[in-house]
Amino acid sequence: MVKGIVHKFGDNIDTDVIIPARYLNAPSPKELAKHCMEDIDPTFASRVKPGEIIVGGANFGCGSSREHAPIAIQASGVSCVIAASFARIFYRNAINIGFPILECPEAAQAIADGDTVSVDFTSGTIVDETTGARFQAVAFPAFINSIIEKGGLLPYLKARQEAQQ
Amino acid sequence: MGMTMTEKILAAHAGLPAVKAGDLIEAKLDLVLGNDITTPVAITTFEAAGLTKVFDREKIAIVLDHYTPCKDIKSAELCAQARAFAAKHGITHLYDVGEAGIEHALLPEKGLVAPGDCVIGADSHTCTYGALGAFSTGVGSTDMAAGMAIGENWFKVPAAIKVTLKGALRPYVSGKDVILHLIGLIGVDGALYQSLEFTGEGVASLSMDDRFTIANMAIEAGAKNGIFPVDKKTIAYVNGRVNRPYTVYEADADAQYAREVVIDLATLAPTVSLPHLPSNTKTIDEAKGLPIQQVVIGSCTNGRISDLRQAAAILSGKHVAKGVRCIVIPATQEVSLQCIREGLAEIFIAAGCALSTPTCGPCLGGHMGVMSAGERAVSTTNRNFVGRMGHVKSEVVLASPAVAAASAVAGCLADPREIMKGA
Repeated sequence: MVKGIVHKFGDNIDTDVIIPARYLNAPSPKELAKHCMEDIDPTFASRVKPGEIIVGGANFGCGSSREHAPIAIQASGVSCVIAASFARIFYRNAINIGFPILECPEAAQAIADGDTVSVDFTSGTIVDETTGARFQAVAFPAFINSIIEKGGLLPYLKARQEAQQ
Repeated sequence: MGMTMTEKILAAHAGLPAVKAGDLIEAKLDLVLGNDITTPVAITTFEAAGLTKVFDREKIAIVLDHYTPCKDIKSAELCAQARAFAAKHGITHLYDVGEAGIEHALLPEKGLVAPGDCVIGADSHTCTYGALGAFSTGVGSTDMAAGMAIGENWFKVPAAIKVTLKGALRPYVSGKDVILHLIGLIGVDGALYQSLEFTGEGVASLSMDDRFTIANMAIEAGAKNGIFPVDKKTIAYVNGRVNRPYTVYEADADAQYAREVVIDLATLAPTVSLPHLPSNTKTIDEAKGLPIQQVVIGSCTNGRISDLRQAAAILSGKHVAKGVRCIVIPATQEVSLQCIREGLAEIFIAAGCALSTPTCGPCLGGHMGVMSAGERAVSTTNRNFVGRMGHVKSEVVLASPAVAAASAVAGCLADPREIMKGA
């Protein structure tokens, strides 16, 4: 369960604006976080506070496969991203690093910048505390939930291998 | 129920008799790829998880192509980390400066991908190898780390869009125009989570280089992969390159598709994507005349020999317009050598182009052609997002090698058919 203020973005937020290529050669999460969303909102990195939430439109995270994009968002303190839809590599990358993302077109449309939103990851329920509106996100399959619970794909694979031995 | 090519390849690699769209499967991998940007993150993840062994040192390819030859100290350190990992694990396919090229031109050329393979690469344009009739898809660094460790990965079997190609392309129209047209038609998320399955009698008329260009940009429509049937041209390409057995898969006649798109190749005109989305397409008639300061001819999309032949045919005996910088980047060492042997290198240099060693360089605003505020490039690369080739106030117009070369000569976005009129 997380609760935070929303930073709202539009459709087709690509990985080049989430973390521009000029910063990819300094791949420490802390460094990347300093430049998160820089080419679409240069003030974002200095404004964002731990626990806050990004809401995007359709095809969030399109473009390059750089895992630096969800890493930058996670390291900036954002607790989750809600979007109408995600580009598939960003979707995999977020799950693989154990960063929660929720696909919910209705929530992505209705929630406004600056609203306070709470999210229950277990049920997938999203509540806009500012307006009182409730939304239901698409539920993850069980094994994806296990990956997120274990903190990412590699810890999940390791736990699974250990369980088999 | 019948299966698509993608479904058949995924079923075979998951050890299942059949799969259908939406199934979650674990599939064995024939190749795991990474570059100088994504591999270091994968190595850090791999080592942080306490992993000590790679699944198969001959089935991992590390290509140092993005910021190489290293543009700065930070990039040099990332390459050093990748080299050390490759040495420690005895990874056979490490491609460094001098033998490297842009990964998606290099791996098919080296015979590392065969029809029917299942490939992941920590680079979004890994979908290029669909041109060979392989399933290949871009992933992130953690997927690469997992792939290197266990030689398997999880996939959701994608639903498919059948793209039926009819007829044949007209002069000065190429694979780039086909894929830009398709992305304009279905949008940058038109194939999200899906596969693009190219088929129809028009496929036979497309060269392998055209097919690589088309499959390469499947990701720009949001697709998981793009795939072509294997025919005589595919077999001729892999003969002498691939030195192992491979399987040719064909879609069943009753395979299920989410939708079908039909494209008559003969009706296509040179097509460009204006800033700032690949789906913002116009035919050259609608867009010509736009002022430019830079032209880039190269990349994993259009840096192969037939791309450079098309550009050279237009630049031959002409000169790049004053006020325009034209940067030509052969995608691999082999392509560079072919450019020299065929006289293309001389044509480019005589025309006033800068001829570079292979690198991804300017495509992602890395180096070798980064733009300032207010500048605009015509580029044969694959993305025209905000800030992609430099300053957030610079612009990229995506185009074919013919349009890029014609624009270099004209000094503005130009139609190659007009530049070559009477030639």
